[in-house]
Amino acid sequence: MTSWIDMTFVLVVVVNLFLLASSRLGAVIRAVALQGALLSALALLLASPAHAVGHVLLVAGGALVIKAFFIPWLMFRAIREAAIRREVEPIVGFVPSLLLGGAGIALAFAFSRGLPLPAPEMHTFLVPTALSTVWTGLLLVVSRKKAVTQALGFLVLENGVFIFGLLLTDFMPVMVEAGVLLDLLAAVFVMGIVIFHINREFASLDTDALASLKD
Amino acid sequence: MAVTLVILVPLALAAAALAWPDARSRPWLLLAGAGAHAAGMVALWLRPEPPLAEGYLFLDAAGKVVLSTTSALFLATAVYAQGYLRRRPEKDNRVFVSGLLGLLAAMTVVGLAQHLGILWVAIELTTLATAPLIYFNRNARSLEAAWKYLLVSSLGIALALLGTFFIALSGAGPGGPRSLLVGALVEAGPGLSKPWVRAAFVFLLVGYGTKMGLAPLHSWKPDAYGEAPGILGALLAGGVTNVAFLSLARVFQVTRAAGEAAFACDALIGLGLLSMALAAVFMAGQRDFKRMLAYSSVEHMGILAIGLGLGGGAVAGAFYHVLNNGLAKGVLFLTAGNIHRAYGSKRVDEVRGASRRLPLSGPLFFAGFLAVTGTPPFSPFWSEFVILNGALGKGRYAVGGLFILFLAVVFVGMGATVLKVVQGDDRGAPERPGFADSWLTAGPPLALLASVLALGLWLPAPLAALFRSAAALMGGS
Repeated sequence: MTSWIDMTFVLVVVVNLFLLASSRLGAVIRAVALQGALLSALALLLASPAHAVGHVLLVAGGALVIKAFFIPWLMFRAIREAAIRREVEPIVGFVPSLLLGGAGIALAFAFSRGLPLPAPEMHTFLVPTALSTVWTGLLLVVSRKKAVTQALGFLVLENGVFIFGLLLTDFMPVMVEAGVLLDLLAAVFVMGIVIFHINREFASLDTDALASLKD
Repeated sequence: MAVTLVILVPLALAAAALAWPDARSRPWLLLAGAGAHAAGMVALWLRPEPPLAEGYLFLDAAGKVVLSTTSALFLATAVYAQGYLRRRPEKDNRVFVSGLLGLLAAMTVVGLAQHLGILWVAIELTTLATAPLIYFNRNARSLEAAWKYLLVSSLGIALALLGTFFIALSGAGPGGPRSLLVGALVEAGPGLSKPWVRAAFVFLLVGYGTKMGLAPLHSWKPDAYGEAPGILGALLAGGVTNVAFLSLARVFQVTRAAGEAAFACDALIGLGLLSMALAAVFMAGQRDFKRMLAYSSVEHMGILAIGLGLGGGAVAGAFYHVLNNGLAKGVLFLTAGNIHRAYGSKRVDEVRGASRRLPLSGPLFFAGFLAVTGTPPFSPFWSEFVILNGALGKGRYAVGGLFILFLAVVFVGMGATVLKVVQGDDRGAPERPGFADSWLTAGPPLALLASVLALGLWLPAPLAALFRSAAALMGGS
């Protein structure tokens, strides 16, 4: 059991590195979808007998539907409408972002050693995985130019927060977790609408075009 | 009863606005929502209600300050919207009206929330309700502003969620509260795990600080305030940023109870001073008078953070300032919107002679400037004075000195811009025909200014007591 959990955590981190190194948008969206599916699996694997079954199923099912299917579908639609395939000329190149991502993972492991956990034996990799996923998301948002990639970066960041939240399923009320998932869905949905308008207004999804407001 | 009224009525009306077929009569729903909310708040003042939904929702003193401000400001903007939306029949107001009502409901939940999870959900909803509204003008510039606002706020909010989880974890040890209810966390106090509380405060300061627009997390603000209609600017600067401040204050409550107050106070004062300094720099020579108001908002969020961070009497001053800044920002944004309408431009080098062309809005814009920069006898003078007094009383002379210095620089910088807009001869300045001051568009800012003046001349005893009890929650007096 533990080995499966550890394996999933490692896969999540591998997906992070892939995201930072990949320029093809289709591959990036698929990888984000895969990460969503991994998170859903984690929600099931980490559930202890003390958890209410309905609650665990809600979280895992919600993550699967929203993160692994619906949002990737939305993003695929966006790139098809805009007819774009690649992230060209990112602000930070692919190799430097990969190096930064690797450094982030190392730092996440160092940082989480100093923080006390309620059940450390179960969650050796949880906190570092969560923090390095958050870091990957932040990197994607600030270092990429396409609006779609920035929205995906936000999603990856939220994935990191979600992993962390798995530590807390037993005392987060269902209502709050459902609210968090729905908020995320709505946020990406609104982003999708704005992306659609950006595409129509500028005939491009480069946020370079969004640079007329400054002091 | 009244608690459900102030949340559910705006929410129901927001849904109704989406379905409402007639664009001309749709803005009436705003007035209905504002009226119901104000009535609910009056009821809550007269007869406080016990905690609702297992203690998740409860109107304490701090929430009361913020929600009363929000309610008054929303009422004024709802009246203004009747005139404003009637003048812009070419724009579809369906999403706009619905979004504003949704925003009111979300802000109300933030004000009432005693559970950090619910609080987070509601804060995120304020972002989602407002982002599409920034795009009301349907042009490239407003689209850019909407995207930046959405992305920056969402990032901030995501980090705040992580911080919220950290707080939850700090109370997850043996004997911990295992809850996100503010009351339970404060009660557990020193029992919370300190490293987690400290990390949580950093993340939540960044997250809710982004929503407040504290420097250096303010990058969305000038763009959003510059491009959004005046109504939305008023509600962002006087409503959303205030509820974000309240969220930060709730986190501060927990951090203080856990014995990490010194660290949190230093961070708040540092960011507060930085915000004031940055606003002072960018306000001078600002070429767009709506963007100038954004920097004024950065400045005043800095003042609130300093007031909270100083502790003691300054905290009551900060809550007093929540009210004053909210009302004064309403005056400024609504009149700036009128001036923008009448000239078709918001560039300082083009707009001049506003007090001639708009005999009400022009002078009101100027008076709003005097009020917001803390000129006596307007009420912001008193709240800033209380905060300054708190700094000097605690021997924080450097903080007090910088506070006065930045206020003075802002006064000069903002004054130069405002005078250019208001004074002079309007002949030859760009013109957009068909707009003149009317009671619907100039009346609400006039009423807000009158209340800022009245509060400066006489502060009712129940209000003063309310600020003190709100401060007491945060460890002030």
